[in-house]
Amino acid sequence: MMASSYNAKDEDAVGSGGPGAVKSKKPDNTAFKQQRLPAWQPILTAGTVLPAFFMIGLIFIPIGIGLLVTSNNIKEFEIDYTGVDMFSPCFNCSQNYSWNSTSACTCSVPFTLDQPFESNVFMYYGLSNFYQNHRRYVKSRDDSQLNGDKSSLLNPSKECEPYRTSDKKSIAPCGAIANSLFNDTLELFYIHPNGSRITIHLVKTGIAWWTDKHVKFRNPGGNNNLSIVFQETSKPVNWHKAVYELDPSDPENNGFINEDFIVWMRTAALPTFRKLYRIIQKKKDNMTPTLPPGNYSLEVTYNYPVRSFDGRKRMILSTISWMGGKNPFLGIAYITVGSVCFFLGVVLLIIHHKYGNRNNNADIPN
Amino acid sequence: SCCNRFRTESISCGGDEKRVDSRTIYVGHRPCPDTEAFIPSKFCDNRIVSSKYTVWNFLPKNLFEQFRRIANFYFLIIFLVQVIVDTPTSPVTSGLPLFFVITVTAIKQGYEDWLRHKADKEVNKYPVTVLEDGRSVKKESEKIKVGDVVEVVEDETFPCDLILLQSSREDGTCFVTTASLDGESNHKTHYTVPDTEKDLQALTATIECEQPQPDLYKFVGRMHIYKQEQEPAVRSLGPENLLLKGATLKNTKKIYGVAVYTGMETKMALNYQGKSQKRSAVEKSINAFLLVYLCILISKAVVCTTLKYVWQSKEGQDEPWYNQKTQKEKDSNMYLKMFTDFLSFMVLFNFIIPVSMYVTVEMQKFLGSFFITWDKDFFDPEIQEGALVNTSDLNEELGQVEYVFTDKTGTLTQNNMEFIECCIDVHIICMLGFMCHFVCLFISIYQEKEELFLRALCLCHTVQVKEAGSEVLADQVDGIDGLLLQPEEERGFIASSPDEIALVKGAMKYGFTFLGLESKSMKIKNRQNDIEEYKLLHVLNFDPVRRRMSVIVQTTSGETLLFCKGADSSIFPRVRPEEVDRIRMHVERNATEGYRTLCVAYKQLSAEEYAMADTGLREARLALQDREEKLMAMYNQVEMGMSLIGATAVEDRLQEEAAETMEALQGAGMKVWVLTGDKMETAKSTCYACRLFQRGTELLELTVRTLEDERLKSWSTANQDYGFIIDGATLSLVMNPPRDADASQYKSLFLQICQNCTAVLCCRMAPLQKAQIVKMVKNSKGSPITLSIGDGANDVSMILEAHVGIGIKGKEGRQAVRNSDYAVPKLKHLKKLLLAHGHLYYVRIAHLVQYFFYKNLCFILPQFLYQFFCGYSQQPLYDAAYLTMYNICFTSMPILAYSLLEQHTSIEILLDNAALYREIANNAMLRWHPFLYWTVLGIFQGLMFFFGVRFLFSNPALQDNGQVFGNWSYGTIVFTVLVFTVTLKLALDTRHWTWINHFVIWGSLAFYVFFSFFWGGIIWPFLKQQRLYFVFANMLSSVSAWLVIIILILLSLLPEILLVVLRKPRGPHSRQVYFSLPFPLLSLNSSFLPYPSYFLIFSLIYILFCSSFILHHVLTRCDVTQSQPITRYLKLYSYVKQWLVSLLVAGLH
Repeated sequence: MMASSYNAKDEDAVGSGGPGAVKSKKPDNTAFKQQRLPAWQPILTAGTVLPAFFMIGLIFIPIGIGLLVTSNNIKEFEIDYTGVDMFSPCFNCSQNYSWNSTSACTCSVPFTLDQPFESNVFMYYGLSNFYQNHRRYVKSRDDSQLNGDKSSLLNPSKECEPYRTSDKKSIAPCGAIANSLFNDTLELFYIHPNGSRITIHLVKTGIAWWTDKHVKFRNPGGNNNLSIVFQETSKPVNWHKAVYELDPSDPENNGFINEDFIVWMRTAALPTFRKLYRIIQKKKDNMTPTLPPGNYSLEVTYNYPVRSFDGRKRMILSTISWMGGKNPFLGIAYITVGSVCFFLGVVLLIIHHKYGNRNNNADIPN
Repeated sequence: SCCNRFRTESISCGGDEKRVDSRTIYVGHRPCPDTEAFIPSKFCDNRIVSSKYTVWNFLPKNLFEQFRRIANFYFLIIFLVQVIVDTPTSPVTSGLPLFFVITVTAIKQGYEDWLRHKADKEVNKYPVTVLEDGRSVKKESEKIKVGDVVEVVEDETFPCDLILLQSSREDGTCFVTTASLDGESNHKTHYTVPDTEKDLQALTATIECEQPQPDLYKFVGRMHIYKQEQEPAVRSLGPENLLLKGATLKNTKKIYGVAVYTGMETKMALNYQGKSQKRSAVEKSINAFLLVYLCILISKAVVCTTLKYVWQSKEGQDEPWYNQKTQKEKDSNMYLKMFTDFLSFMVLFNFIIPVSMYVTVEMQKFLGSFFITWDKDFFDPEIQEGALVNTSDLNEELGQVEYVFTDKTGTLTQNNMEFIECCIDVHIICMLGFMCHFVCLFISIYQEKEELFLRALCLCHTVQVKEAGSEVLADQVDGIDGLLLQPEEERGFIASSPDEIALVKGAMKYGFTFLGLESKSMKIKNRQNDIEEYKLLHVLNFDPVRRRMSVIVQTTSGETLLFCKGADSSIFPRVRPEEVDRIRMHVERNATEGYRTLCVAYKQLSAEEYAMADTGLREARLALQDREEKLMAMYNQVEMGMSLIGATAVEDRLQEEAAETMEALQGAGMKVWVLTGDKMETAKSTCYACRLFQRGTELLELTVRTLEDERLKSWSTANQDYGFIIDGATLSLVMNPPRDADASQYKSLFLQICQNCTAVLCCRMAPLQKAQIVKMVKNSKGSPITLSIGDGANDVSMILEAHVGIGIKGKEGRQAVRNSDYAVPKLKHLKKLLLAHGHLYYVRIAHLVQYFFYKNLCFILPQFLYQFFCGYSQQPLYDAAYLTMYNICFTSMPILAYSLLEQHTSIEILLDNAALYREIANNAMLRWHPFLYWTVLGIFQGLMFFFGVRFLFSNPALQDNGQVFGNWSYGTIVFTVLVFTVTLKLALDTRHWTWINHFVIWGSLAFYVFFSFFWGGIIWPFLKQQRLYFVFANMLSSVSAWLVIIILILLSLLPEILLVVLRKPRGPHSRQVYFSLPFPLLSLNSSFLPYPSYFLIFSLIYILFCSSFILHHVLTRCDVTQSQPITRYLKLYSYVKQWLVSLLVAGLH
């Protein structure tokens, strides 16, 4: 009886659908539309994560140890030559400083290396409390000028203000960054035990990023006759010499593509920073260390004032490993994370063994 | 009536009353002899304008509307600040996303408006035929003026609201369907105005009618027909004479009508006002979180600005020689500078409030709602339709429902009526379907009464007979309204209510066949196969307040009879009391069995009685003022002193799986309330059948009958399961107490009882009362999320009132579906809609929202921390491209894919375990403590990113050739860690990895790497600074950078991984707290830190975690213990009783 009444209804429904005229609005039975796409459903349980923890521990701890050892093997020597202290050699220079003085103030800072520096040694200068990352400073440059664009050379970007023009001529290179180019000259002498001073050869190329030197920075109109190219421009106000006189000896290192300049133009991330200054190539014979232990003298042509903003200047000598300069942070971090993971693995294993069974039992009836 | 008209005119001339309450229309623009001056009144033309914009005002109007949204306005302000003030980031970074959002929205709205324009044009340019000076003139629809006589042929839609003057059908009727208006596809009969001329050319008439109003079913008007040398005839006009614009002419060759309302004044246009926007709880949470983030943003900016000036006050810091200010900067006012600095910091940190979140949330809602329409489980083969989504804004609300209000008829039950039995006096005629056709016992003395009863069934209705023949096929499309083919005679019936068809068919089974209504006479074939003819004098229509309907007919022998059928409560007081008791028992018994009962009564009218009734009814119908009230009074007067013939019982079967659905909803922690207009016994039995009331349920009844019953049952307090029953009369006492004292007290008392009962049944409800109950619950403490489900026009008010309105595509027309937010074909679909779709949508969007805030917090935190290292100079840590792309490209797709596809628990499990729904109750994933958790996670990771790289950069010589990294490398390393961590965090949260997830997650990361190479690989001519030139490639050439990226990602995700592991595995039986073991893990983590700053950070986080955890525990302890509802019930009971008694006393006087 029930069935018959249902049948009657079904017939009605078929009838009301019309003779095939109405298109069925039945939804497509596709996996996507029915939210039945095949899916991987990972369940992170103690069972799957425990081995991962042990693995992380086992991998990270050796890496950390390796990093720490590498970092510790890096020789680094750092000396502050600002001359704040009355007895420091550069005290006079730091006191008497004025931008206008024509005679350069020089001072010589003696130091001793206790250990030999093998392989290539990298010489950095470091500045403290110098805000190269200040916004006003960071944006005060004209990259198209530095890229050799002639129109920008004569008409630099507004961002360079107030270092855009001087004496109604445009400044090349314009902007605060270029204007404050680090211009101390650092020279290194080895004081031989017999008293003679041996000049240590400092290589001034290879200190900037290759792409910066070859693509991002370009002299306008090639590297020849820079003085003509730049004649319509004025040197930055704080500079002693024009941009085409930065390294007259080497046309490949002069003008905008001077590497000291390029290095300076890459603004530092933090107010205390170091920048690569020179490279001391390792000796060809490979027998004697690049810098043997002993007494050295750092000759500083003191041009760069930092005391007005309570800054510091440093010279750093460092060897380099595959991970870069000396920094124990990574090593410590890896060892700690590795051991924490390992420890957690152990703890989880204990928890898993003690309480895991009960959970399993609870799940079985399902 | 004359003075009535005079009054109207005097008002129109009065001047102080701007709006005239009626309008006068001259049919065919012909002046009438009666009125001195023919003043053509100004009415609006017949142009329909549903579009919002024109070509000219689109841009300003659309922009204005978009920027009225608070979020858009905020981003506009940020953008303007960036344009005006010298800010660290270029206006592009915020302008581009804003532009994108605005453009996409504008295009979408523009397209929708273009569609509306097109539709408007189609309607406005549609050719219509207008009678002008005796000729038919073709016109465009928009040119129709009020007063024009319009011709409409079959299957055409009416171009404006017309008064039917002439029909091609002989009896002066026409049939229309209003499917496009209210969705009811049954044929409705409309009548011509009586006595209008056959020759329309000669017709001189005016129509007075009310000013346009939106109610589709109300129309009051009057027609004055002027004939030469005669008094003007006055005819009343009602909704039955009015053909609405948008309705379609059916079964009638041609009609003529006069336009009364045109264009935007038609009832259809007046009904086009949009529904009020419903806002979801998630949106409220988002706004609350936004406020928190706004505070964070402002406090960050304030901190930075303050520190900047503190820092600058130190000598040599503000303007060292290497970093001079420009002249303009030197000259600017100090306070102005502070203010611009503050704005700059705001701009720098504004990414913490993401524009893209709004876009993603909108997209998620829009795209996500397709899964409901696509779901084939919602497809009903019977009506060949699936689910319908009217709004996508409420998807997640489906997962938050606490109260379900359901209609009974058509929702819990099928509304597919079958005549079960009837009782005439003491005899029960068993008519179970087709079986017991001949089993009936008739005793000859009752023969007469029985035939009277069957005649009453045949006559007292508004059923139409579907004509057999060629038209049947075409009209079967409309068959869902109860077109039931009669197999032997090819005869079908059409009625607005399925009960009527059931009754007429029931009578047919007994040999009384209703043949149809032809020119006011009803034909019945009786048992002897004779045709009896009755002249139909009046139909006293059914309405839900009276709950009965009557017809007055005249037999061929001249007898005038009134037949009345209706609910027992409305019939019993109107018949002789001694008859009642005999029938009442059967009615009640039938009601407890779940049948719908109707009582049938009749009375014989003497000639005088009829004359009185006739004039009374006619007068009431003609009344312009208070017509409804007058009619009602007249009906009540006529339907008095009848004698009861019998009662019928019609079975309304339960919907498929109604009980299972209700059980699942209750299992999911929802409280189900049944709100029905039906009587208590029927509703109660349905509730038992649906397992809303169990055998053990203690029923608390608060109805007029129990109150009359004097004695109170004794309660067994041991029972924990309560059901509550209240009826409409009692409810109105509670809701609108006669004396305003203690009004709110009883209301809250009532609410408290209801909240402590598992199921509540409210019977004898008027539609408005249903809405009232929903509103009361909605506004109660804790503002629970309510859901209303219903299928009929009487459920519309509660569907509109509830947070989520569900319409059932049932048999009572389409009004509920039209006004609902979601519509499903059957009640059983509600289970999947809530338990699976709702649950998943909620989890998805909650995760989406939290994740968005989290990822922007750890995006911006390093930027904030960087200010401490760059002299508070607003130097951005990341490049502008990264700032812009972070939310748009790098991290947007994985979360969108997640928020569309995630199934943290599979649909089958969700459906099988209704209790899982409780896990997300009370907005569990968007409360403050998960928000705090996400925020702390964001802060933790942000600190990790920044300080990890900070310690690495203590020696910036990171390459094996001794070269150093600068500030952009710093930012790029942080950003790389950020993008990977944030994406992998999402990967950890993803429980359902489809190929789309894989593609999007790994694709995003690959895209980031690819983009970074590409962006840094070229000197971009349009960029002022080549900041990132080869920065990314150089970073990758450094082993240290690799190592730091790996360890920071791992370290940031470690707490998360641990949490996942220590969380109980998700399964059907695990009811997990959101995070169960947070702090021991972090204390382990913090043990390795060598640096004091780390230690500080971790202790801070530790404290935050602990406090939030403790807070959580404290909050959960505060759960109110549920008290016994009985004491409250007794209190309310005594109150209601007291008032009922006093009311009864008052009624007696």
